[in-house]
Amino acid sequence: MEKDKVPQDEGITEGITREVQYAINKKGKYEKVLSKGWEPKNIVNDLAWKDIQEDIDFADEKIKSGKASPIMHYMAKNLMNITLLADYVELPKWKVKKHLKPKGFKKLKQEQLENYAKVFGISVDELLNFKP
Amino acid sequence: MKLDFEHIPAGHCENGVISSLLKYHGLNLSEAMIFGIGSGYFFAYMPFVKLNGIPIASFRPVPGMIFAKAAKRLGIKMKKQTFRKQPKRAMAELDKVLEKKLPVGIQGGVYHLSYFPPAYRFHFNAHNMTVYGKEDNTYFISDPVMEYATTLTAEELKKVRFAKGPLSPNGKMYYPINIPEEIDLKSAIYKGIKQTADWMLTIPVPLFGVKGIRYLSKRVRKWPEKLGPKRAAAYLAQMVRMLEEIGTGGAGFRFIYAAFLQEVAEVMQDDRYNELSKEMTKIGDKWRNFSSQAAQTCKGRSSDPDGYNTVANLMLEIADDEERFFIELKKLIK
Repeated sequence: MEKDKVPQDEGITEGITREVQYAINKKGKYEKVLSKGWEPKNIVNDLAWKDIQEDIDFADEKIKSGKASPIMHYMAKNLMNITLLADYVELPKWKVKKHLKPKGFKKLKQEQLENYAKVFGISVDELLNFKP
Repeated sequence: MKLDFEHIPAGHCENGVISSLLKYHGLNLSEAMIFGIGSGYFFAYMPFVKLNGIPIASFRPVPGMIFAKAAKRLGIKMKKQTFRKQPKRAMAELDKVLEKKLPVGIQGGVYHLSYFPPAYRFHFNAHNMTVYGKEDNTYFISDPVMEYATTLTAEELKKVRFAKGPLSPNGKMYYPINIPEEIDLKSAIYKGIKQTADWMLTIPVPLFGVKGIRYLSKRVRKWPEKLGPKRAAAYLAQMVRMLEEIGTGGAGFRFIYAAFLQEVAEVMQDDRYNELSKEMTKIGDKWRNFSSQAAQTCKGRSSDPDGYNTVANLMLEIADDEERFFIELKKLIK
């Protein structure tokens, strides 16, 4: 890629940073060029976030119909699956699965709620009072 | 206390950190040189390793390997430490090394990086950065993929170092403790090139090297029918992200390798490496074309097999090019 062809499409890194691209200058030598971004990268990144939003919407539907607890919403929002969440709250997966159900969620003690809230970066109130 | 450490933006985190750490200790080797010596160029399709539920197509070897191989081939001794479930000790040890006026490389998870572009904050744990000072509760951070140096609070840094999930860093930190006075650069370069050529051409498993590219090409053609439009688009999108998203220098490290070959031409006083660098640039340009076409195919999440066939054909062409390229390159190091 030639230096003057390094794309400068604003997008995901706008206002935060520019990324290094290796490109050839006029003398034919490689150098590091800062790029604001590239449209194909914006497209695929956007697609990944759309899938995450769909996960959140799916969780919210389940919560609305009484089939899941607020933990499912925050799990999706934090891009986690059960394995990763279990890792973060330091509980076995089967316990996390229980807490994802409204029945298991109601039985959570204060310190367990605090544990989940801390991992999600929210307060216990927010977790308890979540309404989709 | 803030060390006199130069923040140098780089294409890739692992090589960028090593290159800057060595520079602090008086050894000037570019990111591209470290990448080439550490055999950073690769292709692997790993249907059994999944990221976000999608099989990984990787354009580099496993995290940490480039760094380990480069250090070994250059005769540099690194001190490496991990602290499983001991965040307090991990932070105390970091402070202790900083006190000795030594910048420290650390592995961390990007999900907790407050300074990172939000759109890039996924649960990816093999990121690398340098810590080069501390004042009160603030650590000074040189993250090679950022344009400028940044900071993290102690609490944030702890979270970053103890991110959970695949490739969890467990507080991993590293720094050079012995750099030889004389470095046999030519021998290190030969070893780096030879291994890359062998990996790309001769691994007897069809998932690696140029064979891997051809194998994946076959799979890609089947994606729209096998997975349906939505999953197929997600699979293809992840490939583009592996090629282009933060930390490859463009085209899945192919341009960094072309830059490496230009440096090799100078070290060896051999213009043939410059010619091969040009070939590698063309290969990189083809991968860029692949990304561009693939992104368009993903965009509409269309199940039209034409888009998938187009990129699959491109991959076959690239596999042939990379095969020819490494056969030629291997001839030069005999």
